[in-house]
Amino acid sequence: MAVKIILPASPAQKLSSAPISSELEVRIRKRFPHPEGTFNLNVHFRALAGFTILFGASGAGKTTLLDCIAGLTNPDEGRVAIAGEDLYDSEKRRNVAAWKRRIGYVCQDLALFPHLSAEENVGYGLRALAPQERQRRSREILNTFRIDHLRARRPSQISGGERQRVALARTLATQPLALLLDEPLAALDLPTKSSLVRDLRKWNQDHRVPILFVTHNQDEVFALGDEVIILDAGRIIAQGQPHEVMRAPRLETVAQLSGFENIFDASVLALHEDRGTMTCHLRSGTVELETPLVRAEVGSHLKVGVRAGDLLLATESPRGLSARNVLPGTIRRLVQRDVIVSALVDCGGSEFDVHLTLAARDALQLAPGNKVWVVVKTHSCHLMRA
Amino acid sequence: MNWEAFWLTVRLAAIVSALLIVIGIPIAYWLTYSRWRFKFLVEAAVALPIVLPPTVLGFYVLVALGSRSPIGRWWESLTGHTLAFTFEGLVIGSLLYSLPFAVQPFAASFGAVDSSLLRASASLGHSPLQTFRRIVLPLSKAGLVTGFTLSFAHTLGEFGVVLMVGGNIPGVTRTISIDIYDQVQAANYSGANLTALLLLVISFLLLSVVFGLNRFGANRRPSAVAPWR
Repeated sequence: MAVKIILPASPAQKLSSAPISSELEVRIRKRFPHPEGTFNLNVHFRALAGFTILFGASGAGKTTLLDCIAGLTNPDEGRVAIAGEDLYDSEKRRNVAAWKRRIGYVCQDLALFPHLSAEENVGYGLRALAPQERQRRSREILNTFRIDHLRARRPSQISGGERQRVALARTLATQPLALLLDEPLAALDLPTKSSLVRDLRKWNQDHRVPILFVTHNQDEVFALGDEVIILDAGRIIAQGQPHEVMRAPRLETVAQLSGFENIFDASVLALHEDRGTMTCHLRSGTVELETPLVRAEVGSHLKVGVRAGDLLLATESPRGLSARNVLPGTIRRLVQRDVIVSALVDCGGSEFDVHLTLAARDALQLAPGNKVWVVVKTHSCHLMRA
Repeated sequence: MNWEAFWLTVRLAAIVSALLIVIGIPIAYWLTYSRWRFKFLVEAAVALPIVLPPTVLGFYVLVALGSRSPIGRWWESLTGHTLAFTFEGLVIGSLLYSLPFAVQPFAASFGAVDSSLLRASASLGHSPLQTFRRIVLPLSKAGLVTGFTLSFAHTLGEFGVVLMVGGNIPGVTRTISIDIYDQVQAANYSGANLTALLLLVISFLLLSVVFGLNRFGANRRPSAVAPWR
């Protein structure tokens, strides 16, 4: 009836003898209907052994991309290959079924089997092994992920962080040729997160396989990334090492997706490399902002994005503040949206949108025409390519 | 109280619902996961016995089992007698009659298994059939029991199909509902009352099991998509 998959005795050893071959190549085009018209996924990249971060706002196509690699959905055309072997190739009309691909996939909702204990979940992918060997391997990985004490419990009886560990252990136990992790750390508190990252890193040292790690959290990019790929609306807009890609000016489309209410055209006035900042002049008026330093030349044009919720408003000139930018201005309009008040403040010709609570508006007795000060922290300024 | 008819009916219902587990699971599997464009036609055909008068169903089964049809002739050449007016014929008629009562709960419970579990199983190296056996079936226990119980109860109370296909042969095809009819015809109301009450109580208990099970045992989520090929 059913065909069993045969796991090589120890793929880890096999891979370490030929480390170059454990490369994941992905070239995918896929169009599919979407609430706002047709979505076009069109990417091409290679991922070597180690962590590659897929970074992008929600709706950038990250999960669809992973599904295509895992074989859970079909691309329109392209090629997916692991270690030189085709898993999908539209030209050769080759399409290996998901269950034969040996690609580990931990999806966002974890999908632990509710009717199986933690140990049975972890052993689920090992059914080709003899029972003793399967138990040995499950126990080993349960130990590595420090969840040995949970082995008899059902998923409904363990905490969120532990479930995340079980899901990871279940996938890693099968010794996949590549690993796809769709926001596996989302919804975890910081200590849980960093200990899980440590365990994952440790596992990765012993098993050198490509790991695609999806996140929209910047901190995770720096904590994990050997390489980061930035995805926006189905396309790769930047790829490289985290400190290069993430610190460089980004395209404004990314900013708009992540919701910057204030976007200004600016030009660079001066670089302060010793302080890690630079001064930018907002070209709509006279305002000068101190912003984080990016790779840019004096005189070059950029866009500066600031979230309305990151701005402070003061009715008297504030003193003794750590924030570098305190801009005098006048309230032009106050607009109430649900429980948020949006104050539009004119500062030397540039208009800032500042979000306040109703209580703040009433306590400060804000009204159009009032003189106020807008406070902008340096690191609330996000720089983008013009 | 005609215990012969009672036990014959219970035997018939048990055989039919057991066979429907075997037949119904593959059909429900196909109905749940097939992406065939005209699947709805099969769905409609399976549901037909719900709305069709039992006499119509019984009539066609009788014709199909009779010595003029290929099936009837084949059976006759095999066994030397026709299927019509036998217990075996009754089983076949009842299988069709109760098919939707097994298949629909099966398909509903298969479809309620979260598709992300099926995707996870595939990425852990399990074929669609292995996934079905190790994930879908265990998580569909309530649906399987529901289908079994409903088809049992439905077969227990059938009348029209039995009369058309089986006739009224004591010990062979006379079921409990036909016995009630006979007793009423013979103006034996107290006998009919006793038998009818027994059928009512049994049916109520069986349905209570079904609803109790779905009330307390189910953790269902909507929609399922088969990720496999």
